[in-house]
Amino acid sequence: MTAPLDVSGSATEAHPESVLAGAGKAIQGRSLTRIAWMRLKRDKIALAGGIVVALLILVAIFSSPIISVFGSPPLEFHQDQIDPNTLLPKGFFGGVSGEHLLGVEPVNGRDIFSRIVAGSGISLLIGFLATILSVLIGTTLGVVAGYFGGWVDQVIGRLMDVFLAFPLLVFAIALAGVIPDKAFGLEGNGLRVAMLIFIIGFFSWPSIGRIVRGQTLSLREREFVDAARSLGARHGYILFREVLPNLLAPILVYATLLIPTNILFEAALSFLGVGVNPPTPTWGGMLSEAVRFYTLPHFVLFPGLAIFVTVLAFNLFGDGLRDAFDPRTH
Amino acid sequence: MLTYIIRRLIGAFAMLIVISMVTFGIFFVVPQWAGATPEAMASRYVGRAATPETVALIAERLGFNDPVAVQYGRFMKGVFAGAEYDYGAGVEQCPAPCFGYSFISGQPVWPELVNRMPVTFSLAIGAAVIWVLAGVSVGVLSALRRGSFFDRLSMGTALAGVSLPIFFTGMISLVVFSYGLGWTAPGGAYVPFTQNPALWAYDLLLPWITLAFLFAAGYARLTRAGMLETMGEDYIRTARAKGLREREVVVKHGLRAALTPILTLFGIDFGLLIGGAVLTETTYTLPGLGQYAILAIRNQDLPPVMGFVLVAATFVVIASLIVDMLYAVVDPRVRLS
Repeated sequence: MTAPLDVSGSATEAHPESVLAGAGKAIQGRSLTRIAWMRLKRDKIALAGGIVVALLILVAIFSSPIISVFGSPPLEFHQDQIDPNTLLPKGFFGGVSGEHLLGVEPVNGRDIFSRIVAGSGISLLIGFLATILSVLIGTTLGVVAGYFGGWVDQVIGRLMDVFLAFPLLVFAIALAGVIPDKAFGLEGNGLRVAMLIFIIGFFSWPSIGRIVRGQTLSLREREFVDAARSLGARHGYILFREVLPNLLAPILVYATLLIPTNILFEAALSFLGVGVNPPTPTWGGMLSEAVRFYTLPHFVLFPGLAIFVTVLAFNLFGDGLRDAFDPRTH
Repeated sequence: MLTYIIRRLIGAFAMLIVISMVTFGIFFVVPQWAGATPEAMASRYVGRAATPETVALIAERLGFNDPVAVQYGRFMKGVFAGAEYDYGAGVEQCPAPCFGYSFISGQPVWPELVNRMPVTFSLAIGAAVIWVLAGVSVGVLSALRRGSFFDRLSMGTALAGVSLPIFFTGMISLVVFSYGLGWTAPGGAYVPFTQNPALWAYDLLLPWITLAFLFAAGYARLTRAGMLETMGEDYIRTARAKGLREREVVVKHGLRAALTPILTLFGIDFGLLIGGAVLTETTYTLPGLGQYAILAIRNQDLPPVMGFVLVAATFVVIASLIVDMLYAVVDPRVRLS
């Protein structure tokens, strides 16, 4: 196994033009990050994914102004939009109109567009923070295992195996179920969001941990680490100054690919009713309400598509990022 | 080979111990960290109407005041040897494996779990068969016709597949294939295999495909990558130079080598599979273990959830163990090391 940034031998066969682009002009030094960025710029699909991701983040950040302009408060009932006999929305495709861009929910008539926009915040917040937590745990344990080797590696390796084979969702369901309404100085949905971040992050670190461990194993044998060691550098210096900077690219790539997994995880927990408590809107929660109204395509489609588009965009962007940093996996 | 098997058996046993500790921790230690007193935990067992004295008595009888290690020991004893619940009014015998009684129905948990096991196992095993067959064959075909329309289409579908939540595909296919076209069962029904195999398959067909789709996508991508790599190896050229038929080259030399990482993935995917089964059962309202646990969670009914967690985790460990054994059959390096 070689380091992810080692493009020697593969760069020319992957994208000869990127290496030869400077021929004729004065020869410029290019950092590996710049080479990766040039490759990424050429990957239209990955760029499209990246743009969607950026838009989604903007939507999540500016959800309240967006809702106030294009929708109505996500918790507001609109009984006038509901047929009192069937309790289903009046009008075309679940009440799609200029006022309700994606229609309204059955029974209480809440605006679906506003609820989806409001739900994006929770999905992305939990997706990002849980990923940061798994990256912190995974990188620490992976670097320690790979760098020190021996029994430390054995113990951490076994731990990763155990976590990888664990029925995560099952334990997450159980944990989310036993948490009381008030604990650790938090209560209500604040506590639930914190718990979800902790549960998802704590259970999904081994995938990053394995990759970091593998990369560290190969970095440890490289000449520059030997050089630092022979100059008398301490472990801490080698880890933070020599090993970690070289791990940033793979960590970034796999963190990007872990975010969509974690978003799906949150949606699944909310769908099962052990995520964030209603009436706070979440995409998974909206789908779980839609189960009872399968005859209403808009009620199922819009929240489902919100999850799908988000997860797909992150996956496309992450795949492109990985190919850009390491063309051999292509 | 024998050392390998013994090592794996020890590993599986250790895993079960860890799982029992984690389960115990979740249900008996975490609530106390989160601030629940022994009395608060006991009150779940006797209902809200009980007087504080009764609750304190029950807390003492059920041993919530004992050290954690003693409580864990009692918990494990219940699972392996059965337990006796002394409620004061009389002693209740709970035969092994004892996972306690549902707070809501008052019924013992284990028989209910046993009743529901065939549903979940039918769902999980059927889906696993479908996704391995579909994923591997699509992956092989894509690799052999790299860049073709089929390759692009199947890889595009695979990428969409890993990005779709299972409950969304489940609901969409229910609406389209069941209510719309009327091809498949409307969900919610289960007929035991022994009673009517045709009806059994008919009822489970849509859940199987839904559950398998998510995994098949990942397997197709992995198989394709693995096949592309092995088909470029020197020994493939050698096999062709020997004059072997192309089918033999692909299956015996190419696929066999590409199969190892797929088996590895299969071994650790059982955990995800159980999670997927819970979601599928909830989407299709199938009366399986997952649905039982989700209904119990919504009612704050902890013993069924605990029983489900232990049973599901045990299934995962045993299934992974079986895959590890298969691994040794496929990859000679494993049994020789």
